[in-house]
Amino acid sequence: MAKLELQSVTKCFGDNVVCRGIDLRIDEGEMVCLIGASGSGKSTLLRCMNLLEPVDDGVILLDDIDIAEPGFDPQPVRQRIGIVFQSFNLFPHMTAVENVMLAPRRVHNRSREALLPEVTELFTRFGLADRMQHYPDQLSGGQQQRVAIVRALAMKPEIMLFDEITSALDPELVGEVLDVLRTLREAGMTMVLATHEMGFARELADKVCFLDNGVILEEGPPEQLFSNPKQERTRSFLARVL
Amino acid sequence: MTETNLDGPAAAPPGLTRRQIYEAQIRRRSLRVAATSTVLVLLALIVLIPLAPGWEGVKKSFFNADVFARTFPGLLEAFLLDVAIFAWSAPLIFLLGLLIALCRDARSPALYPLRLFGILYTDIFRGVPVILVIYLIGFGIPGLGLPRPWNSPYIWGTVALVLTYAAYVAEVLRSGIESIHQSQRAAAASLGLSHSDTMRFVVLPQAIRRVVPANMNLFIALQKDVALLSFIGPVEIFRQAGVYKSLLANFTPYVGAALIFLAVTIPATRYADYLMNKQARARS
Repeated sequence: MAKLELQSVTKCFGDNVVCRGIDLRIDEGEMVCLIGASGSGKSTLLRCMNLLEPVDDGVILLDDIDIAEPGFDPQPVRQRIGIVFQSFNLFPHMTAVENVMLAPRRVHNRSREALLPEVTELFTRFGLADRMQHYPDQLSGGQQQRVAIVRALAMKPEIMLFDEITSALDPELVGEVLDVLRTLREAGMTMVLATHEMGFARELADKVCFLDNGVILEEGPPEQLFSNPKQERTRSFLARVL
Repeated sequence: MTETNLDGPAAAPPGLTRRQIYEAQIRRRSLRVAATSTVLVLLALIVLIPLAPGWEGVKKSFFNADVFARTFPGLLEAFLLDVAIFAWSAPLIFLLGLLIALCRDARSPALYPLRLFGILYTDIFRGVPVILVIYLIGFGIPGLGLPRPWNSPYIWGTVALVLTYAAYVAEVLRSGIESIHQSQRAAAASLGLSHSDTMRFVVLPQAIRRVVPANMNLFIALQKDVALLSFIGPVEIFRQAGVYKSLLANFTPYVGAALIFLAVTIPATRYADYLMNKQARARS
């Protein structure tokens, strides 16, 4: 059974059709990478998956329940599907640890004291133990992005979405964030990434999807898609980025 | 080789670049020009004003040192009432302003009446001169024949100020709320936070901080507008100055009152400017 399954998902912004009938299947514990040029619909597709953007048409099955049904309450879904953004979006007026604790405190009604051990463990696991009391503007981009990941993980999501999370980072900081993803991968987290890190996708993804103009033009295991793409568009895209 | 360079015409004192020396020169020249022109203007004022035909009379009735010394302590004491009215109005204004701002931000259809109320409220109270609101409320409500102390002009005057200024504060807060980037709300939503929690923990704390300087300016204006309450009774500084004027047939108390206001508002204005500059620098 698929953990998350998209069936002909369509999304428009006004007259601009961003996703035109996307089918995608994500199994438990799988890591799926979405690649493609800017504007191909990767980010929008991710934002549709946890209902940050309402889809116009199509079905999104989370454990076989259609969450794309208009009127479906998005809040519980978002608690189960975490997302990390390209621009971190930490809350600038809170320390790192407050950023992480806010949602579990308010949504799960747990006290700071009860949360502290597990939150500390998360910070430690991602090398941020000495950064818990820092404000976002006192942290490097890589540290901010790792805090953002910790913040999403603290809600114990079943699926994690990553929206080009290394694109806003200086090149020398990309590695530390990718290491976090590697750790999550080993821990068996179900993940969907929109990414420009082709080397990373090739190394770790179970499945790579090439998006072009709002459709998945080609998908397959990374060796196949990177070494032997079937579509001409995929080939020319890969030739440009690799 | 380097030693000979030190004796050359372009030799720099240690630690200064050529650019810094040039800029220091420019600064010194600007300072000289500014000082000269200021002194000239001041001299002209000092020489020319006393030449005006009515100067002797004005000096006697507005700048009378004797009257000033006799009335200043009384004015200061009356000013305490202004400070008190300000002190209890300000928190009420902030709370009411926040409430109105939140009303205008209400999204759910059930709360539409609140939203409508917020819009009407800000439209009406920003559209009417403060002094009119003070008259209408300050004379109108005690006219209902309420028992003491509910007919006090202190209470209803304060209410008038609170109602008016809350409308301005609400608009400032709303602009602050709208200035918080959409991505902050998206981040909160993606964590499963409810609308009200997002507003309370994510948007409002940032919005309120961002509009502190703008609100400071409003509260400086409020400090001055407290004097308008004198029209409905309370003997605060402006009214007290009027009493002295009638007793002594001299306008100097008004000058004294103005000086007292300035002593408060100028530092407050400078502080607000400082905060605003600091914020502008932090954001650039």
